[in-house]
Amino acid sequence: MLGGLGILLLFLSIGEAASALGIGLPGNVVGMLLLTAALALGIVRVERVRQATDVLLDNLAFLFVPPGVGVMVHFGVLGRSWVALSVAVLISTVAVLVVTGVVTQWLLRRGGRWFAQPGNER
Amino acid sequence: MVPQALFWVTLSLLTYAAARVLYRRMRFPLLHPVLVTIAVVIAVLRVTGTQYAAYMVGGRFISFFLGPSVVALGVPLYLRLKEMKESAPAVLTAVLFGSTVGIVSVVTPALLLGTPELLVRSMAPKSVTTPIAIVVSEAIGGDASLTAAMVVVTGILGAVIGPLVLRLVGVVHPIAFGLAMGSAAHGIGTARALEEGSLHGAAAGLGICICGVMTSILTPPIVGLLIR
Repeated sequence: MLGGLGILLLFLSIGEAASALGIGLPGNVVGMLLLTAALALGIVRVERVRQATDVLLDNLAFLFVPPGVGVMVHFGVLGRSWVALSVAVLISTVAVLVVTGVVTQWLLRRGGRWFAQPGNER
Repeated sequence: MVPQALFWVTLSLLTYAAARVLYRRMRFPLLHPVLVTIAVVIAVLRVTGTQYAAYMVGGRFISFFLGPSVVALGVPLYLRLKEMKESAPAVLTAVLFGSTVGIVSVVTPALLLGTPELLVRSMAPKSVTTPIAIVVSEAIGGDASLTAAMVVVTGILGAVIGPLVLRLVGVVHPIAFGLAMGSAAHGIGTARALEEGSLHGAAAGLGICICGVMTSILTPPIVGLLIR
């Protein structure tokens, strides 16, 4: 568990360093891609990190509580335009969900053959 | 840790644990544990007259783990790498559409409803994970902390209504479901997608990544066209 957490922090550090060089992606996303690559290449064995990643991902939503509480700082600004903000965020969130979900599913089912192996869809 | 910080971490943790039990019993989407916990913590901060900065003396111990958690998404992605590679063209095409729609569909209604321009610029990258959203927001003249607030609000909304919306439009494929949740509601949506299954979760993690990249490229030109 602790070793796994250490590995995650190491990849995060490498990601942050790469990000600081200006590759246009935040360090944590770079770290995620590097970890995937390291696992795929056999540099890191998945059992080494599994315990730590399971604990973190099981509780991922909780980690958004502190930034979420930060909404209180903006109650004034947000409160003045709350109707417009709610409408815009609601429309947009539904739109992203529907467009991304429907297009993915449509392409996976219909197009299947030209990019996916037969028998992959369900 | 100073006693105050200890108190705020304890309150957040226990409220979340209780809210999760409640959520699992009731299965009522609006009782999303993150939403309940944020509401309770803000209420207690308000009642006790405590500033957000004072809360964050403890809160930063929690948010520290956001960094390694995003890195941890590499594991579900690795475990489902084969499926992800096979669906790469569909995934990339869909997220290209999704992220474009995500920017246009929040900026246009906000402008039409007379939202102040700073707010519109700050909410343009609302669907993507906080570290990306903040960089994008600053590039187009938004306010970083306002963006962080909009990102969390969007994430909770997406996690709450996402499964319902996707079921209504008949999206049942695990990759389509996960990708939509990660693209629309970043980490909070991904946490919800992980509840459905590992392939859902892997696709959602990938959605955070691809939607983040595309949004950071697409937002400046689109916002430039829409706001004159």
